[in-house]
Amino acid sequence: MDNGQHTHIVKYSTFVWVLLILLVFTFSSVAITELELGVFSVTAALVFASIKSIIVLMYFMHLKFDKKFYAIMMAGIVLLLISVIMVTFLDYLYR
Amino acid sequence: MIKTQTQDSTPSFLEYKGRFKGLMGWIFSTDHKRIGLLYLYSMLVFFSIAAILGLMMKLELMAPGKTIMGAQTYNSFFTLHGITMIFLIVVPGLPAVFGNFFLPIMIGAKDVAFPKLNLISWWIYIVGALIALSAQFFGDGPPDTGWTFYAPYSFRTGTNMLPAVTGAFVLGFSSIVTGINFIVTMHRMRAPGMNWMRLPLFPWALYGTSWIQVLATPIVGVTLLMVVLERTLQIGFFDPALGGDPILYQHLFWIYSHPAVYIMILPAMGVISEIIPTFARKTIFGYTAIVISTLAIAFVGYFVWGHHMFTSGMSGVALYTFSILTFLVAIPSAIKIFNWVATLHKASIDMQTPFLWALCFLFVFMIGGLSGMVLGALSANVHLHDTAFVVAHFHYIVFGGTGFAFFAALHYWYPKMFGRMYDKSWANIGLAIFFTGFNTLYLPMFYLGMIGMPRRYYDYVDKFHGPNIISSLGAMFMIVGLIIVITNLVRSARHGVIAEKDPWKGKTLEWTVASPPSLENFEEIPTVTDHPYNYD
Repeated sequence: MDNGQHTHIVKYSTFVWVLLILLVFTFSSVAITELELGVFSVTAALVFASIKSIIVLMYFMHLKFDKKFYAIMMAGIVLLLISVIMVTFLDYLYR
Repeated sequence: MIKTQTQDSTPSFLEYKGRFKGLMGWIFSTDHKRIGLLYLYSMLVFFSIAAILGLMMKLELMAPGKTIMGAQTYNSFFTLHGITMIFLIVVPGLPAVFGNFFLPIMIGAKDVAFPKLNLISWWIYIVGALIALSAQFFGDGPPDTGWTFYAPYSFRTGTNMLPAVTGAFVLGFSSIVTGINFIVTMHRMRAPGMNWMRLPLFPWALYGTSWIQVLATPIVGVTLLMVVLERTLQIGFFDPALGGDPILYQHLFWIYSHPAVYIMILPAMGVISEIIPTFARKTIFGYTAIVISTLAIAFVGYFVWGHHMFTSGMSGVALYTFSILTFLVAIPSAIKIFNWVATLHKASIDMQTPFLWALCFLFVFMIGGLSGMVLGALSANVHLHDTAFVVAHFHYIVFGGTGFAFFAALHYWYPKMFGRMYDKSWANIGLAIFFTGFNTLYLPMFYLGMIGMPRRYYDYVDKFHGPNIISSLGAMFMIVGLIIVITNLVRSARHGVIAEKDPWKGKTLEWTVASPPSLENFEEIPTVTDHPYNYD
């Protein structure tokens, strides 16, 4: 049965690179709290977290090698969460 | 319309002898039908406890002052009543019981996609329930925050909060696992020919519900974890004294808990969409509109959580936005109601018990929905917030909606689940008493709220006495109806007349298999060639 998967072998070096990138973003998300960004401090934290999530989904969870349909579903979920966060900020930004 | 072969000669799932026998054969079974029944039996136990607590509260409110319990006991009673009813019964309710039992059969599959995960989900549910209920018996006294665990009180109260919060956190995993299982099952295991627009409406409702379970539940999980960290490590998330924001807690809590209302009500709507065409002997009116409205409710339902917080101190922009969005979510709900009523128009209706439950659902759900519109209006909400009006509204929605649909589903699918018929006269008598008691209990609470009686108080001033007496008598009447309904069903499981394969002349796939079904449901996977409600 076609499960929408393609045979693929990811090189170990790719995983090492992914790990390094994740570590860099983790330390960056801690380091950026030292800067006074005001209302954008949450935005910065969310951007770093989103990039890390996308890398994990693409490589560790093999979304990059699956059907496009799954990527579209994931994109829909991310859009939903972005919308929820934006609606929450209708309170915080105008309070 | 549907080519299928049933296996009447093979033993039913109830008689099937697997690796284990007796109780072990149930609690270690990965059969979706047995797991559905495990949930049903567990929920009946929890429901009995929560209903007794509810009755005790109404007895306390029968007269002003202390009647049968003091303030602290009353506070812990409404907390346990809420936690049990919400987290252990109505949230898992219809999907866990009827979704587990009927989803695979209705889509022509032998089981869910991940049977072992399905069993683990029930085990997590039981562990979570035991942790939550342990809060009553150990530590510094039962929690008294209400089921919402509002901060900052939830980490300042001296009562035993941690087990209750941890239990709710664990229960969330059960919900997520079930949601993932159902989504994958519907994507991967539909019978040949069953495209999405041939999917019956109960599975469609479960599909929308499952997405909410998967996407919204983690938010409350993280929130409850933050409460635990705040209580134990003094990290300031929500406590203003520690630099936190108590309104943030309310946002995070309701970002899950309002969609959770749709976890409760969407499957209920799915059940009603099954029952009405069966007993109207008519193709459902507006199948596509019902499907779209299901998905629309699931989607828009994510953006209305702020209407629980109209008096919390949110910004004006947020208030107006949430009010408008709340009115918007009523549209797809109304579409469903109009479609059900249109289905009944000029139909040859067979007035059987499940249909009567469905009719009662329409009546009480309409009252719940329209009173929700009142609360969605900012100006009215300021006056009615945290009054008995709100309690009446959500009981009309949650108990009136989900509860009536649950009993409608139980009476509809009972012959298929247990292979026997119940006594229809007693079922109808029980329903009549239950329905009368339900309305006598909750209608006066609308009035009490409008004249200013606050919720969550064990005492009140004299002017609230009359309606409270009527309401408490209604509670007793309702419990009598409930006892009749449940006793009839329990008794009939052993002594009822043997049920036919299709006692209601239904058209969906579950009516093509034996009553009760065999272990693998179908000897041969059916091929679907037509829409699910073709009565033409």
